[in-house]
Amino acid sequence: MAEAQKEVVIRVSDLVVGFGKINVLDHVALDVYRGEILGFVGASGSGKSVLMRTVIGLLPKREGRIEVFGVDLGNVNEKERQAVERRWGVLFQHGALFSSLTALQNVQFPMREYLDLSDRMLQEVALAKLEMVGLTADVRGKFPSELSGGMTKRVALARALALDPEIVFLDEPTSGLDPISAGEFDHLIRTLQRTLGLTVFMVTHDLDSLHDVCDRIAVLADGKIIASGPMATMLASEHPWLKAYFRGERAARRRA
Amino acid sequence: MSGEPLLKSAADGERLQFKAAGSWTAKHAGAIERLIDEAVRQKPAARRVEIDLAGIEHLDTYGAWLVERLMRAWNGDGREAKLVGVAENYRVLIEEAHSVNRAAPKTGHGPSRVVVVLNNIGASLADFSQSLIALVQMLGEVTAALLRVFAHPRSFRFTSMVHQIDRVGWRAVPIVLLITFLIGAIIAQQGIFHFRKFGADIFVVDMVGILVLRELGVLLVCIMVAGRSGSAYTAELGSMKMREEIDALRTMGFDPIDVLILPRIVAIVIAVPILTFLGSMAALYGGGLVCWLYGGINPEVFLSRLRESITLDHFEVGLIKAPFMALIIGVVACVEGLEVKGSAESLGLHTTASVVKAIFMVIVLDGVFAMFFATIEK
Ligand SMILES: Nc1ncnc2c1ncn2[C@@H]1O[C@H](COP(=O)(O)OP(=O)(O)OP(=O)(O)O)[C@@H](O)[C@H]1O
Ligand SMILES: [Mg+2]
Repeated sequence: MAEAQKEVVIRVSDLVVGFGKINVLDHVALDVYRGEILGFVGASGSGKSVLMRTVIGLLPKREGRIEVFGVDLGNVNEKERQAVERRWGVLFQHGALFSSLTALQNVQFPMREYLDLSDRMLQEVALAKLEMVGLTADVRGKFPSELSGGMTKRVALARALALDPEIVFLDEPTSGLDPISAGEFDHLIRTLQRTLGLTVFMVTHDLDSLHDVCDRIAVLADGKIIASGPMATMLASEHPWLKAYFRGERAARRRA
Repeated sequence: MSGEPLLKSAADGERLQFKAAGSWTAKHAGAIERLIDEAVRQKPAARRVEIDLAGIEHLDTYGAWLVERLMRAWNGDGREAKLVGVAENYRVLIEEAHSVNRAAPKTGHGPSRVVVVLNNIGASLADFSQSLIALVQMLGEVTAALLRVFAHPRSFRFTSMVHQIDRVGWRAVPIVLLITFLIGAIIAQQGIFHFRKFGADIFVVDMVGILVLRELGVLLVCIMVAGRSGSAYTAELGSMKMREEIDALRTMGFDPIDVLILPRIVAIVIAVPILTFLGSMAALYGGGLVCWLYGGINPEVFLSRLRESITLDHFEVGLIKAPFMALIIGVVACVEGLEVKGSAESLGLHTTASVVKAIFMVIVLDGVFAMFFATIEK
């Protein structure tokens, strides 16, 4: 597919975000295309979570423009904004499940708010979602404090997918999982992306995820996107940080 | 995108055909579900059922699940439903829906209502005795920690205690002064208003003096401290428990009782008597002021009458109770804090419980003290 034909679902241009005197993001520009899995990498503390949180409207921007589905989010009323928010799902770095609701109720929560469903449908679809993210029916009654790290991530993903969004934002979905679960999670994201036609924006440090599931990778350093493109481009790059990241010791060991 | 969902059926002898069309998406899920329920309700006894999805414009998990539900209504007992005209891009989704929710749903009714009520009564009784045990246990642990401190005075977290005294004592002074002042004034006003009918105005001084010094000063302060500082203790310890901070302390070889709880309890036990003293003085001042401005009893008369009517005993009775009540408030707050489980709701419940239990126990303790002092005739 030629670049020109691809539909842009998220367009970030000239974005500046900062705290106090420091600008964490300094004139960042980034496009995300429909149906792709974009891996977003950068050093710890470089501002990946900040970019994600700014796009979904949790942090204020200083300058720039954020368009999602062609809607300029800096210039909408509450109702238009809600209409856009319904079309994305977010998986937070630490799950952010509602601690006083069970796993099943967490998944049902957005459905209850936004859709007109019978109780039976609510139950069945929520269970189906939990099953789709690879959980068995016995977690449904468990509270977040009773779930393991991997289960928490999966329930959070099920909740992010509750409304059948078109875009999902994932903040480090596989961090804290064992390599097998991480692999399964990657596979799951791939499958769901195919089944539901999702666009996935994924912040990750996991080289395996980047290799296996990401169609495109964008790299954030010094408050700017320093490179973007498929894995091959990253591997070929001579930029010192990219070299260290993708062809460093850990990466080498991975391929060995 | 806006195509209304449709479901048409056409029966043809042994064959029944459904034609689905429009957008079968989350937005229309309610409407589609009604269509399907309708179709299933008048379920004809056809042997072969075909569901034609060719007309579907949009399909998501909700639509796919509803298609699957329609199919499952006919599958089984020798009959069979078949899907035709599935668009290529929806095939995976349909297959996914086909494979989920296969586990048989749990059947069987819940326990009957009587059993539930009995169960609740039992559970709350068990809860009550458990919380009493926890209280006694905490008291024991705090005492043990205190003894350890006497053995090794340097292990005491002095800085932490001073910080807590600042929070529960010093910063509470303005509000305690204000409220006790107002209550003292109100009591005096009421007393004057009613006693005047009998020409007994001057006895208001006795009433205010005894009431404030023996009971009101300490009770008011304790209730305020329970609401202000007890709840803060519970919330702090509870959220530390939730975020595994207390476990972290334990693994580093610190005893949370020494580090977190003892300084808090010592601080509250020191702060409450001081607040009680200040509060009692403010209440007497308020009472005196009202007697003067409203009752026409001038300050010299008020003071001399006060000197006649109260003795040091009254003052002591009030002040002796203060540290014990403070201990109860502190211990209840810490126990509740450590009981918090993982959820935010649990934190709220225990914070409420901490305040309610502390106030209740303070009042019970006050009753016990009243009996004790009556017996020893003080
Ligand atoms: N609310 C905030 N107030 C002040 N500074 C913040 C805030 N949130 C983030 N920062 C700062 O912004 C920078 C980027 O943080 P961010 O959380 O985006 O890092 P990250 O790239 O997601 O790192 P990691 O990979 O470790 O999650 C950090 O220096 C952080 O200290
Ligand atoms: Mg982050």
